[in-house]
Amino acid sequence: MSMVEFKNVVKRFGANTVLDGISLSIDPHEVVVVVGPSGSGKSTFLRCINVLETIQEGDIVVNGLSVLGSPAQVRELRREAGMVFQQFNLFPQLTALENVMFGPIHTRGVSRKQAREEARNLLTKVGLEQRMDHYPGQLSGGQQQRVAIARALAIKPKLMLFDEPTSALDPELRYEVLKVMQDVAEAGMTMIVVTHEMEFARRVGSRLLFMDAGQIAEDGVPSELLMNPPSARMKDFLQHVS
Amino acid sequence: MTVYITLLGLIGGTVIGFFSGVVTTYIRVPLSRRSVLIAIVALVLLIALLRFSSWFADTYMPNVPGWVWVLLKVGILVLLAWRFPASLPKALSFLAQVYILVIRGTPIVVQVMFIYFALPLLAGWRIDAIMAAIFTLMINSGAYIAEIVRGALQSVPKGLKEAGEAMGLPFWKILAYIIGPVALRRMIPAMGNQCIISLKDSSLFIVIGVAELTRQGQEIIAANFRSVEIWGAVAVIYLIMTGFIALTLKFVEHRTQIV
Repeated sequence: MSMVEFKNVVKRFGANTVLDGISLSIDPHEVVVVVGPSGSGKSTFLRCINVLETIQEGDIVVNGLSVLGSPAQVRELRREAGMVFQQFNLFPQLTALENVMFGPIHTRGVSRKQAREEARNLLTKVGLEQRMDHYPGQLSGGQQQRVAIARALAIKPKLMLFDEPTSALDPELRYEVLKVMQDVAEAGMTMIVVTHEMEFARRVGSRLLFMDAGQIAEDGVPSELLMNPPSARMKDFLQHVS
Repeated sequence: MTVYITLLGLIGGTVIGFFSGVVTTYIRVPLSRRSVLIAIVALVLLIALLRFSSWFADTYMPNVPGWVWVLLKVGILVLLAWRFPASLPKALSFLAQVYILVIRGTPIVVQVMFIYFALPLLAGWRIDAIMAAIFTLMINSGAYIAEIVRGALQSVPKGLKEAGEAMGLPFWKILAYIIGPVALRRMIPAMGNQCIISLKDSSLFIVIGVAELTRQGQEIIAANFRSVEIWGAVAVIYLIMTGFIALTLKFVEHRTQIV
């Protein structure tokens, strides 16, 4: 069974069609990297999967749950799809540890004690065992993003969505975040990553989607697509990013 | 007495204000000509139905039997109960907006006079002066606090709400655990303003003869004509009370600061 299934999805903002009839199936353990020029709809593509945006036509099924379901079903779906944002969006009033504990306690009903233990393990995994009791404001961008990844993983999702996770970071901080993402991928997580990091796509990605004007223009193996871009549009795009 | 009125007034005002603020922030009702018209017509109809129908029946249609009117009332209420739930949030939000508009738009002296002198004539219930003062302060500060709450909630970055949604949290949990704590801290300066203003506004209840600080000062002066000392003392007492509020909130602000 596929993890994510797009069935002829159309998304419009007013008269502007952002996703124009997308059909696609993503299997478990795939690491899908989505690239494309700005305004091509890749962020919207990602946000539609966990219903941060509602779609106008078609259907998306995530792990057997439709985005068109009742509010309770949508919440259930979101718990299976962890999300990492470009701007981190950590809760500023909570420490790193409390940020990671928050989800399991409030969505899965885990006890505080158990949540704390799991949060410690996760933060250690992303290399932040020294920074657990710091507030987000006291952490660097790279550290904040690693906390955000741990926070998303804490809910034990079956799928992780990354919305340009390194775009707000200085180049020397990107590496630490990409490293953590690679670890997550190697642990077998299904991932959908919107990014401009072509090197990450080549090394970690198992599938590359090139989006253009609300459609998936290319879909294939990253190394092949990046080596020999099949269309002039993609060739042009790759010249501008790398 | 001043402290008593202000305290109760502010507590009530905070409750009303938080509710109205949250409702007006998250349930958008476009204030178009159409929605205003619908609301006014609905309100007038409802009041007319409940208050004037028996009078109307007695005066103009004495021949129609009473049960017809009862049936009509029940019918309309059933219709309302059937159609209303879907638009209940919108109706609440609209009412809250009208409430804020009316209360912010009229002077507090007029409000307290209305409640103390006009309400007994209109509705027939009479309340004593202190209750009228407390009630006025509640609805008055509530309208301003609603706007403070709305401003604070809107100032919280949208990303936090999305982060909560992406976790699969229901809206009330997002509000209570994520947006609320951040917004509360941002409210503190404006809430300090409102507390101090409400405390000083309690001096206006002199017009309905509540024995608050200003009036007591006035009464003492009436007996001994020592204006300088008494008004000076009254001012100093107000200053001490407002200073206490300011210091308390400074302390709270300091303790809850986000690094």
